[in-house]
Amino acid sequence: MKKSKKWYDYLWIWSILYFTLGFFNILFAWLGMIDFLLPLLLALFGGDKFFCNHLCGRGQLFTVLPRALKCSRGKPAPAWLSSKWFRYGFLLFFLTMFANIVHQTYLVYAGASSLREVVKLFWTFRVPWGWAYTAGTTADWVAQFSFGFYSLMLTSTLIGLIVMALYRPRTWCSFCPMGSMTQLICKAKHRGEQPE
Amino acid sequence: MASKFYAQVARTRCVSCGACTHECPRDAIRVWKGCFALVDPLRCIGCGKCKKACPADCIDMKLREADA
Repeated sequence: MKKSKKWYDYLWIWSILYFTLGFFNILFAWLGMIDFLLPLLLALFGGDKFFCNHLCGRGQLFTVLPRALKCSRGKPAPAWLSSKWFRYGFLLFFLTMFANIVHQTYLVYAGASSLREVVKLFWTFRVPWGWAYTAGTTADWVAQFSFGFYSLMLTSTLIGLIVMALYRPRTWCSFCPMGSMTQLICKAKHRGEQPE
Repeated sequence: MASKFYAQVARTRCVSCGACTHECPRDAIRVWKGCFALVDPLRCIGCGKCKKACPADCIDMKLREADA
């Protein structure tokens, strides 16, 4: 039985578009804040994971790609990848790295550091990305945040693609920091409740 | 279409991503308030598609007779 598609079933296109736009103009990286804030707002005020369940373009991409390209082994991931220790540890690490991006942005804003036109992959490898930004287009701190945030988004997607290929398509979801955070919020909001 | 099997979710291990809900041909599985996936055993036909999709491998197929 085929399910009827809704508009938000095509949000995987947004995921591809985001990285394409950021490739040519790094300032588009700011749009990724939607993927950062919307899940939290929906969990806080809606009390569910509507974003993860329906609106996550990345999650959809990890479903669509293996269907089209047969590029996932479909094997179960090691249990530790979805263990609480790893999930919350990765969430802490992810938030620390985000705080570091904000700190770097502040240093550039305060004039204590200069703009670095690089994308840092896996928090380690600096890839020159200068073509995506023309100096003086905007304030340096705005561009600095873009480079940092795009690095974070690209790195997490690459990790997601690697685990998608090695294990099941949406293995990334089992330790996605946004998913862990929103599930924590939902569990706190519905503490003591049981399904009827 | 009845089956001897139905899906059962280990709630403590579920990451509530919703991957299973998209696979279910009978809409027998939903995410309960963002906390965990919940199966309606009466609707479940035991096809196992949700199990194959689950990234946390927290869905098992149970024999109905075993619970009867």
